[in-house]
Amino acid sequence: MSRLIKPAIFVLCLLPLFLLFRNFYLDQLGANPFEVLTRSTGEWTLRFLLLTLAMTPLRNITGSAWPIRLRRMLGLYTFFYVCVHLLTYIWLDHFFDWNEIVTDIVKRPYITLGMLAFVLLIPLAITSTKKMIRRLGKNWKSLHKLVYLIAVLGVVHFWLLVKADVKEPIIYSLILLTLFLVRLKPVQQRILSLNTR
Amino acid sequence: MLIKKPQDIPSSEITDEAVYQQRRKFMTSSIGLTAAATLMPLQNSVAAYGGKPLNFKKNSQFDTSEDKTSFGKITNYNNYYEFGTDKYSPAKNAQALTTDPWSVTIDGEVEKPGILHLEDILKQHTLEERIYRLRCVERWSMVIPWIGFPLADLIKKARPTSKAKYVKFETLNRPSEMNGLRRNVLDWPYVEGLRIDEAMNPLTILAVGLYGEVMPKQNGAPIRLVVPWKYGYKSIKSVVKISFTEKEPVSSWTKAAPNEYGFYSNVNPDVDHPRWSQRKERRIGDFLKRDTLLFNGYADQVASLYTGMDLKKHY
Repeated sequence: MSRLIKPAIFVLCLLPLFLLFRNFYLDQLGANPFEVLTRSTGEWTLRFLLLTLAMTPLRNITGSAWPIRLRRMLGLYTFFYVCVHLLTYIWLDHFFDWNEIVTDIVKRPYITLGMLAFVLLIPLAITSTKKMIRRLGKNWKSLHKLVYLIAVLGVVHFWLLVKADVKEPIIYSLILLTLFLVRLKPVQQRILSLNTR
Repeated sequence: MLIKKPQDIPSSEITDEAVYQQRRKFMTSSIGLTAAATLMPLQNSVAAYGGKPLNFKKNSQFDTSEDKTSFGKITNYNNYYEFGTDKYSPAKNAQALTTDPWSVTIDGEVEKPGILHLEDILKQHTLEERIYRLRCVERWSMVIPWIGFPLADLIKKARPTSKAKYVKFETLNRPSEMNGLRRNVLDWPYVEGLRIDEAMNPLTILAVGLYGEVMPKQNGAPIRLVVPWKYGYKSIKSVVKISFTEKEPVSSWTKAAPNEYGFYSNVNPDVDHPRWSQRKERRIGDFLKRDTLLFNGYADQVASLYTGMDLKKHY
């Protein structure tokens, strides 16, 4: 039974993209389907990122080892979705017009931050194998602390691109803030002591 | 000046029958999207929008011969923050709006202020069709067959005084029927403005319908402004007040983000929005993007309004 959990979640994580493509194919993404593709893949990147960051606190709260076993997969899915998101931007927004893309990166803060978050994710994805973890030893942990910066960049990227209604960026920010708070030493010790009682 | 002209298609090729078929197809297929978007198949939108046919003159000299955007797309992809900030909510939420009775208050620097009832406005003006491009500031565009009359006709009847330099418009502010007003996303009511010569330009119309029918509620029923050479948000919806002023009115979007949305808001590929370039746009229904034209392709009619002005400064 427990051997099935990981493959099941692996498939589940592909579902958003599958449904997005399916609805695109069936012409059910509304009048501007390309905008929906970009927006949705961006939102799913943020969701997977927050989900990844939720695994450690979840282990501390439940005492189960499962969240940690899923953490790498969720992290890699974050990278997977950000790659699709970036592709929609490069292709559907700019049709590989590199001049325009570079101008965007230089001139528009939300693109600058989004691109920076993507670039910082690359080393994390590369060093996610067991071999790399062993090879990097202590440095692995310091390197992967970058994920906190990446999460902040991702949420700020979202804040900067909305026109006036900041409801959704606020929700993502509050979740991220909570995930930071439960990592504070006193809070973490409190959670762990509750768990061992 | 080099202005790209769209290829001409004889108007006979765009038949009412095709429009009818398009509508039928739309009614039976499904378009419409909720914010949760990707996880569920979308609901069918089958509400009978508008519906009542109007009498109007066809073939205006200002018509574009480009392919019209389908009725289904025009009525299911709307920026109308009073009914939700995503583009799919207004089609659903706007159906709660009562548009009859409706009146428009005329006040400010005019000799004949007053309250005009919609029926009287309709009686006093001959309706005509205007097939215009609409360019949204968000880089998408449509071609919409509006039904309306020149705003200039209404202005002349109100007799503006010499102090009337600007025209200020207001949208209805009725939270009981407009659920978006319960959140202060913008400073309600929605306000827009034009310089009086812009308002008097023959391209500027008050529209009361589209595709030959009474205006669908999500498109700004029962009466809205259409200024085709400016970004879409200037074309204010569901107008209840038209004021003539000496000072430049401050529009809702300018108030919200003065560095992004100026008073003029003319479509201009050379003036970037701070967060994106305005060089290209996606016509709804197209895959590839097309070049955005200066004044949305209406330079011949309106460029003279801005001679000597620095359009980068007066964005």
